[in-house]
Amino acid sequence: MADEVGMAARVEALESILVEKGYVEPAALDAIVETYEHDVGPRNGAKVVARSWTDRAYRERLRSDATSAIAELGFTGRAGEHMVALENTPRLHHLVVCTLCSCYPWTVLGLPPTWYKSPAYRSRAVIDPRGVLADFGVTLPDSTRIAVHDSTSEVRYLVVPMRPDGTDGWDEDRLAALVTRDSMIGTGVPMSP
Amino acid sequence: MNGAADLGGMMGFGPVIGEPENEYFHADWERRALALTLAVGAAGRWSIDAGRHARESLPPGEYLTSTYYAIWIKALERLLVDAGLVGADELAVHRSLRPGVPVARVFSAADVPGVLAAGSSYLRPAGDPAQFAIGDRVRARNMHPTGHTRLPRYARGKAGVVERVHGAHVFPDTNAHGGGEHPRWLYSVRFDARELWGDDGDAGLTVTIDAWESYLEPA
Repeated sequence: MADEVGMAARVEALESILVEKGYVEPAALDAIVETYEHDVGPRNGAKVVARSWTDRAYRERLRSDATSAIAELGFTGRAGEHMVALENTPRLHHLVVCTLCSCYPWTVLGLPPTWYKSPAYRSRAVIDPRGVLADFGVTLPDSTRIAVHDSTSEVRYLVVPMRPDGTDGWDEDRLAALVTRDSMIGTGVPMSP
Repeated sequence: MNGAADLGGMMGFGPVIGEPENEYFHADWERRALALTLAVGAAGRWSIDAGRHARESLPPGEYLTSTYYAIWIKALERLLVDAGLVGADELAVHRSLRPGVPVARVFSAADVPGVLAAGSSYLRPAGDPAQFAIGDRVRARNMHPTGHTRLPRYARGKAGVVERVHGAHVFPDTNAHGGGEHPRWLYSVRFDARELWGDDGDAGLTVTIDAWESYLEPA
């Protein structure tokens, strides 16, 4: 990308202008980066998924009001104000995209990966999702339907993947470790035990 | 607007390249680009919809050849200039030439966790009852506004089924242009791939979009 070379200087200049004018405080910028680089990320979503796998009542609450059910675990805020959980089954696989920009459930997954924001993903997810899944090494049976969700509003979608076989009796923490970020977008499946 | 950001169904961008889970940034300036965009948003001079419109308004060639945080920075500069917070002359010389103007709010580090964890709801009281219910057949209007809209081109003119009713949400098409929130009912509408893409569409595929009531008509 041609303009990337100059971006570091351009952003540095912009920051110094905004600081000098009193619109932003550098410490607040540091705090924002710290939050999204270290605190808010897909381990949040993995806890939600693992809880739904082990707690039937929680799963029902996640189905009926995902925003509240996710807030029970302490995950609230920006880009998670209006949540819907999409449960995968052997017959239906959900995949989430934002064709128009980069809408993504920050409270449970953190910042989106670069590929989620890329033209390659945003263009193809709605017309050739099986091809996109192949890029991720995922092949679904022909009998599994795919439901793609294009995030065109402030509603944010979390995919709840299927619990892997061979995990009977596992506790939540152990299960959460199997839940990958991509499995909660729909471009992956959880790790096998 | 029919801009480069409306990518659904385009071809030729190549494969999707995955990425490790904890890799959020690829350069330090990307960290600052994220933080600046969120922090200046606190000044309250533009809505999230106006922010999106600034990004999608980049010339198509530039949009498609810029990385995402570069798109954010280019849009942020434009928003700052349009709002009168920064002068184009200041951006050109890379330094401040005048004192700042008063803004609604400046984030301190102590504010950050609370503000980010609070978010801001886009749900509003509904003026009128919902026109559609779950299971209703609807058609997305064939519309091509020159301003901001969240109805992707690939869905326009296509018929689908109402899958969810989300309540009345802030309407981006007006809010992006300072025209007010004008809340209206928001629905998830599911389309069969063959309706969207013709006979070559995947028979085992549906695509669901979120659509405000004024995007839809009975089908």
